[in-house]
Amino acid sequence: MSTTALYRRRRIANFVYLGISLLTVLFGLFWLVWILWTLFAQGLGAINLTMFTQTTPPPGSAGGLANAIFGSLLMSLLATLIGTPVGILAGTYVAEYGRRGWLAPATRFINDILLSAPSIVIGLFVYAVYVANIKHFSGWAGTFALALIVIPVVLKTTENMLRLVPDTMREAAAALGAPQWIVISSVTLRAARSGIMTGILLAVARISGETAPLLFTALNNQFWSTNMDAPMANLPVVIFQFAMSPYEDWQTLAWGGALLITLTVLALNIVARVVFAQKSSNS
Amino acid sequence: MDALDHALEAPQGASLPLSMSRSIPETQLRRQHLYDLVFRNVTRIFAFLVLALLIGILISLLIGSWPALKAFGPGFLVSHEWNPVTEKFGALVPIFGTLVTSFIALLIGIPVSFGIAVFLTELSPLWLRRPIGTAIELLAAIPSIIYGMWGLFVFAPVFGDHVQPWMIEHLGPVWLIGPLFKGAPQGIGMLTAGIILAIMVVPFIASVMRDVFEVVPAMLKESAYAVGATTWEVVWNVVLPYTKIGVVGGILLGLGRALGETMAVTFVIGNANRMGTSLFAPGTSIASALANEFTEAVGGLYTSALIELGLILFLITFVVLALSKILLYRLAKREGTRT
Repeated sequence: MSTTALYRRRRIANFVYLGISLLTVLFGLFWLVWILWTLFAQGLGAINLTMFTQTTPPPGSAGGLANAIFGSLLMSLLATLIGTPVGILAGTYVAEYGRRGWLAPATRFINDILLSAPSIVIGLFVYAVYVANIKHFSGWAGTFALALIVIPVVLKTTENMLRLVPDTMREAAAALGAPQWIVISSVTLRAARSGIMTGILLAVARISGETAPLLFTALNNQFWSTNMDAPMANLPVVIFQFAMSPYEDWQTLAWGGALLITLTVLALNIVARVVFAQKSSNS
Repeated sequence: MDALDHALEAPQGASLPLSMSRSIPETQLRRQHLYDLVFRNVTRIFAFLVLALLIGILISLLIGSWPALKAFGPGFLVSHEWNPVTEKFGALVPIFGTLVTSFIALLIGIPVSFGIAVFLTELSPLWLRRPIGTAIELLAAIPSIIYGMWGLFVFAPVFGDHVQPWMIEHLGPVWLIGPLFKGAPQGIGMLTAGIILAIMVVPFIASVMRDVFEVVPAMLKESAYAVGATTWEVVWNVVLPYTKIGVVGGILLGLGRALGETMAVTFVIGNANRMGTSLFAPGTSIASALANEFTEAVGGLYTSALIELGLILFLITFVVLALSKILLYRLAKREGTRT
């Protein structure tokens, strides 16, 4: 009798806990759906041609986000161009030369911390070393701040992807007489190419939504400006400013920008996954 | 491949057996040796650069906060005053807000992440794992400013109109925790910030938990199943004890994220330099104080006090994240496999 009771109790406990586990998944998905739904409901109406052709308006008049979109694209592009080579080279050192010595483990450790470090501190850093010295906010400052966020992401993926390359490939190339720099540049980095590409895409996704580091660096610019040495408009800061404002026009534009950023980021994430999945299924 | 072909052909383009018997010209060897040296050291310099970045951040924040450090000393940490007019600054309230919101985030985030990780590793049919795992990870991809906007315009009104009155009525009179749920239901405030932070840290904690759960040897789990354990018993008595170091590492990673989260908190915390028992009251966190006040700060001491706040935030997150990494490395080392 008692064994059946015990058995039943364990069955029920199992059922309850696993039911809760299922609920937590639904809980997680619930927020995702709610947030995306809100974005579409509020933002879709704001997305039209003028959003891409006109610059940010003064309160109470119509306008678009053209200067902010341009600024975000330019700064993200330059930040990726600056950050990616640094991340790849440092990641190469950690993965390929880092089997002995202290530098590689130390770099890996610090990099893991920088990866999750508050991005607002990166903004403060660039402010302290660059903006405070030139005495004005600038597009370059924003670019540097974003580049500093790109580096850890690219470093981490480069290292992980190079570690997945089997040593037999390195040995085979070395046995053919290839010097180590050719083994690395033409064999292992080439084999890890699509994985590293994934990392770059994820880094771009990460910086395209970053707001905090731009607040103290690029700030904002109400007008169309291509001068990297002047304050530069960018989507996240414009969204922040417009969303917090009491003007309805501005809030609508903020929702449109928010939808635009989110779609970009999610698309980049999904593309990155597809690139990586293709590579994994091929090999 | 060009470079490789070139290098292989370089010792006179003869057929392989011949070229092996022939010696490679000394200059060629020396040149390749030089290239090797250059390549190695260039990559090494960039690895150094990452270390230098961390040290640079610390030093620049120290220099920036020096005037405030000198003016307020250690009293900065325990003073609750924040008055730009009289130039009296203390970090107690922002530190308090940062810790409280992060604590709420973990309180909600840990069980949810655990449930999700259990579902993904033990319950879900194989075909469902990837889509659900991806969907949860997308929560981490959504930019924090979106969480903030959504929190302020959508979540806070719903929360203030429907959930907070209920909490005030039912949790307010409860002994001990009652004072936490008193005050006007405004929607925004510390609790709202904590809840939104919870949603934001769930993907990070869940992903680490899932990864560490997956390294549990199948044999251990199968043995438990073979003696008649239920799925839950396997999770609770086999998987969790085996992976507890990694689980704690994942939780600390989530904590590190929550402590430094800026935009989402800035939108919903209410930004008032006040400290009270009620979770419904507006407050401030280190990151939100920086985001709100830094560009408007006038006067060296004001800016410097804000930079000192940033320094404190960086040190706290550094310790938390370092601890998290050390725990995760330890688990990985014991495992002898993945990092």
